[in-house]
Amino acid sequence: MVTLQDLRKISDYEWEIPKSFRSDMRVPVRVFATRRLLEDVSRDRSLEQAVNSATLPGLVGKVLVMPDMHQGYGFPIGGVAATEYPTGVISPGGIGYDINCGVRLLSTNIEFESVHDQIGDLAAALDYHCPSGVGTKGSLPLSQKELDQVSINGSQWALKNGYASEMDIRRTEENGQLQGADPSKVSQRAKQRGRPQLGTLGAGNHFIEIDIVDQIFYPEAAHAMGIKQGNLVVQIHCGSRGFGHQVCSDYVREFQQAVQRYGIKLADRELVCAPLDSPEGKNYLAAMRCAANYAFANRQILAHHARTAFEQVLAGKVADWHLYQVYDIAHNMGKIETHQIEGQKMKVCVHRKGATRAFGPGSQGIPEEYQKIGQPVLVPGSMGTASWVLVGTEESMQRTFGSCCHGAGRLMSRSQAKKSVRGDKLRVDLEKEGIIIRAGSMPGLAEEAPQAYKDVDSVVETVSGAQIARKAARLRPIAVIKG
Amino acid sequence: MNMDGDTGFREIEHTADWELEVWAKDLPSLLEQAGRGMYLLAGFKLQAGPRVSRSFKLAVNDNESLLVDFLSELLWIAEHEGLAFDAYDLSIDINWLNAKLDGAPITCFSKEIKAVTYHNLNIINSGDGLQVRIVFDV
Repeated sequence: MVTLQDLRKISDYEWEIPKSFRSDMRVPVRVFATRRLLEDVSRDRSLEQAVNSATLPGLVGKVLVMPDMHQGYGFPIGGVAATEYPTGVISPGGIGYDINCGVRLLSTNIEFESVHDQIGDLAAALDYHCPSGVGTKGSLPLSQKELDQVSINGSQWALKNGYASEMDIRRTEENGQLQGADPSKVSQRAKQRGRPQLGTLGAGNHFIEIDIVDQIFYPEAAHAMGIKQGNLVVQIHCGSRGFGHQVCSDYVREFQQAVQRYGIKLADRELVCAPLDSPEGKNYLAAMRCAANYAFANRQILAHHARTAFEQVLAGKVADWHLYQVYDIAHNMGKIETHQIEGQKMKVCVHRKGATRAFGPGSQGIPEEYQKIGQPVLVPGSMGTASWVLVGTEESMQRTFGSCCHGAGRLMSRSQAKKSVRGDKLRVDLEKEGIIIRAGSMPGLAEEAPQAYKDVDSVVETVSGAQIARKAARLRPIAVIKG
Repeated sequence: MNMDGDTGFREIEHTADWELEVWAKDLPSLLEQAGRGMYLLAGFKLQAGPRVSRSFKLAVNDNESLLVDFLSELLWIAEHEGLAFDAYDLSIDINWLNAKLDGAPITCFSKEIKAVTYHNLNIINSGDGLQVRIVFDV
């Protein structure tokens, strides 16, 4: 059990659990949080899970925990850990079951005032064109061969098949295609699950949201991203669906034996891992990349459907109804990256579980138009609250392996949320505030109530105060589509 | 929650996911209760009409892995065939679980379970029976 007394204060926004806290820790844990946010998480097992993560072989630097942290399984949500490549380990549980769950932001030249009577129609059209909810199948069933092509090519498959533009690809992390994906390392069951689900949102906390750009904090960055105050933007939050869930399940299962073969002692069986240079580690990396590519393509197809919805409702009514890609970013991913660690350039495997990449200005791997401002970092809030667009900084490169928070972070359990909030009442309350809700399940809506989440503004103040991201714009929701 | 003397299950508070505590007198009963609890969490409703049966075998490596495999198999059948089960005939020999299940098509369900995790998964033998806590990623 980790208590607040076990943390050493570094600044108002940073705390550390020293390596000496537990004898099996290989590196310290650095927590980005205000005292208030820390008090919130002290009620669950987030910090204990971070300490467990700090025991993995081959870790470098520190295990990092972002201010939207909350209890997960194995790693905490909001956790970032880097292992030396290729001798360190890769842990599927450190990436999560929803591989490359992520967020896409699309901008418009549509002023809210010019279409405020059509927001209900837009929400209905998005709900119609973008399949969502439990057990939903998409409109693009794939053959086995097509699924393999999606797994290898990700968003590039969507481009080739007319569902993407060059700009979409350029403004997607890794151009929407992780190299080294190998479908032969993916089980038949994962493929069977993936074939009918491309272009679906899923359920849980996944959503499509129309927002208004409420406030601009960094005009140069907003200009580069095409974000204008008072205009509409669209966010899409989803991942790799059953395909990714199965890939992770398969390898967590397989690695139960691998840890015995490699003599790795674990604080929790969900932390199973294998050396990156072992056959098991290489196979998982190749399969995980397939799932990541599937997720990039999934969000791309949903963006295509969202464009269809906007065209259907607004063509002829506004001069430009197009949705322009701002950025698409993963927040459950393992990536091989090069970082400066204790003065040395090192190739590492960065595990981000509920944390986004946040590369600073001038970094390799971000589009030319963002080189000066840094990579856009998308931080969706809870259903009724603000979302944020941030940019990566020099500090994030030096201190967090170029990583940042991914959302508001849960505060309340799902059952507690359902006891506190009724879904139908919540919908009425949000609609009184001018937020249209389209949801498949009222209990599901209650689980995602704003009260169940932390204050996203406090989360953003923390990463901004710690200088691992810079505020660019704040978004205000006006329509939410949930499964 | 389902409590019936020495077998049952109940939901435990978990910030982001779902946690289920399950107890039973032996391993086959524990698997059955875990399956029933998972179905309840996911809100599965079964069709009143014709009954269906399914059988499968799972290799037993260790008890915790068997529990994960069994629940994962139920989730796979639910997603792939749209079936869930309310009658269980489970037996374990040294190396295999033999499962014979009766149930019906699922008419609706309210929650999507992404995975059955190994997080802190440890089947405890208290002397009176077995007990375990299972975390589901949702």
